[in-house]
Amino acid sequence: MSFMPGQPVSTVVQRIEIHKLRDGDNLILGFSIGGGIDQDPSQNLFSEDKTDKGIYVTRVSKGGPAEVAGLRMGDRIMQVNGWDMTMVTHDQARKKLTKKNEDVVRLLVTRKTLEDAVRQSMMQH
Amino acid sequence: MRLFCAGRECNDTLKELSERERSRDRHKSRSKESSRSEKSVTINAPPAEPLLGDQSVRGEEVQDDNWGETTTAVTGTSEHSLSQEDIVRISKSLDDSVGLDCKHYLNVALSVILGLVVFLTPLAFLILPHLLWADRLTACGTACEGLFISVAFKLLILLLAVWALFFRPPRAGLPRIFVFRALLATLVLLFVLSYWLFYGVRILDSQDEDYQGIVQYAVSLVDALLFIHYLAIVLLELRQLQPFFSLCVTRSTDGATQHYNLGQLSIQRAAVVILENYYKDFPVHNPAMLTASKSRAAKHLAGLKVYNVDGPGGNNAAAGIAQSQSRAMIFFFLRPGKRILWTPPQPSDPSASPGSISPHTLLCSSFSLVLPWSSLPPILLQPVKPELVSISVLIYTEHERRVRKRRARLVVAVEEAFAHIRHMQEEEQKKAPGDVMDPREAAQAIFPSMARALQKYLRTTRQQHLHSMESIQQHLAFCITNNMTPKAFLESYLTTGPTLQYGKDRWLARQWTLISEASVTSGLKDGAVFLLKCIDFSLVVTTKKIPYIQLAEEFIDPKSHKFVLRLQSETSV
Repeated sequence: MSFMPGQPVSTVVQRIEIHKLRDGDNLILGFSIGGGIDQDPSQNLFSEDKTDKGIYVTRVSKGGPAEVAGLRMGDRIMQVNGWDMTMVTHDQARKKLTKKNEDVVRLLVTRKTLEDAVRQSMMQH
Repeated sequence: MRLFCAGRECNDTLKELSERERSRDRHKSRSKESSRSEKSVTINAPPAEPLLGDQSVRGEEVQDDNWGETTTAVTGTSEHSLSQEDIVRISKSLDDSVGLDCKHYLNVALSVILGLVVFLTPLAFLILPHLLWADRLTACGTACEGLFISVAFKLLILLLAVWALFFRPPRAGLPRIFVFRALLATLVLLFVLSYWLFYGVRILDSQDEDYQGIVQYAVSLVDALLFIHYLAIVLLELRQLQPFFSLCVTRSTDGATQHYNLGQLSIQRAAVVILENYYKDFPVHNPAMLTASKSRAAKHLAGLKVYNVDGPGGNNAAAGIAQSQSRAMIFFFLRPGKRILWTPPQPSDPSASPGSISPHTLLCSSFSLVLPWSSLPPILLQPVKPELVSISVLIYTEHERRVRKRRARLVVAVEEAFAHIRHMQEEEQKKAPGDVMDPREAAQAIFPSMARALQKYLRTTRQQHLHSMESIQQHLAFCITNNMTPKAFLESYLTTGPTLQYGKDRWLARQWTLISEASVTSGLKDGAVFLLKCIDFSLVVTTKKIPYIQLAEEFIDPKSHKFVLRLQSETSV
């Protein structure tokens, strides 16, 4: 997931569909995000490249909808319901995830192990 | 060396000796003294020999044939005898000022002669033509008379400047000549001689008639003398002001260390500066502190009972030294609440004598000291058993505890004593005249209440020889006069002050010897080492050059003081 300014980012992504859980008046997804273009990338624990300003999953609550759907801690979110997450501020990302009129969010996430798995399967051929 | 005297003459001789010590006339030689006093007794033997065996009486003393029965032996512990310290002091004060004064007076005489010659030379230049060929001299016009005023004032300035720079009381007597001063004196002498030579040849011989030229010549001489004086200031005073070397001074007996920054000086001048600072920076040399641990151990042993625990066979460490005493003595050190583990001898141990006391009885006693044997100070001992390793630590902690206790009692006693004294205000005239005391009487009134606590404290910290009763009362009167608090009064007793704080007879540091491999008139160099030796101790001085400092500049634009906030927030969705 190296980032070259001006070049398109190409990674292997996984499609994850999370159904929001209704908790009283709120719809919760069950995970926490960190990062954004207005944040300090050097304090990001999960990024490989410490200049990476993407949105990362910092915590997944146990048994919540996100964990059930297959989201893991350390994943980088690339798209939410078609909205791009690679160049957004932290608040914009939060807003895209917590839209009140949506029950389902479809994420495109990427992690290191995906690329390794793809490469391994390609090598087997 | 007079160590003790016997018989009826004892008191008189000692009184004479003490009077002589106090008298100002220091130039009497020792032989004159002994021949003048009829009752002097000289002992040649070392102090250990018996008194009655080695007496020799000099002078017109009538030999008493019954002296064997009538003399009383007075040893060093008697109250009327002089201690070894006093003898050393007297001898030092006698040969202190003899011998060095000749050199000093010679220097003063030479410099006065040179000064007179130099000062009178311009006047002579001006006066001689008037005396010798006054009729042929051209009349002195206005400009020439103006030069007279200039000569007069410049001579006055020169006189004041020379007085300010050279005629000061000497700080110290140096072993070798002061190189710069000698150079300057030679320069001045050569200069004046060359001026006289020129004057003699070109003016006196040819009897020059131009008086204004002669006056200008005299003015030029005085100008040049003022410039030489400027050179003297720069060489003698200004050159060593800029610090160049850092000297580390260590006292050999107790390791007290100070650092001084000095300029480029010769070794002897640097030694003088160091010694001047020694008297104010170093705590006073206290020989009693060096033997403190030995006497402490001996004191502990003096009041304790001896229990033979291990028996005459003993353990292998004690067996080696128990020659002076037939049994190995073992003591236990206890403080209330603390115990030291001691393994009792096994019942099958054959060395356990039947008369030995059980160790449990010993453990119950308080304040005994653990020592494998008594003849050596405890710090040097090999531990007999592993539990005895911390003997020295225990001794020192116990001593510290005692010092703290005595100090607390002393502070309380002094504060109570000071509470009785109050500064009488001007308005309080109501008191009867009998109650009003001057500071001396007030000090004597409150002194007894704190004397005991103070003396005990001084004895514990081994300062008792530094303060006499008289000096303590004087200090008390001084503090009362100046309205000082008890804490201010105690400050000079609680901490060891610099040498200058005490009276001159307690210094033990008057006569110094400079020991150096390099010549003492050579300058200081990096790595030079020299010694300043006194009778009791020495100061080791090492020199280090102060490093050359290269400063670089970095310019920071004031507009660059801007900051950003770096966040990392985590939001749960």
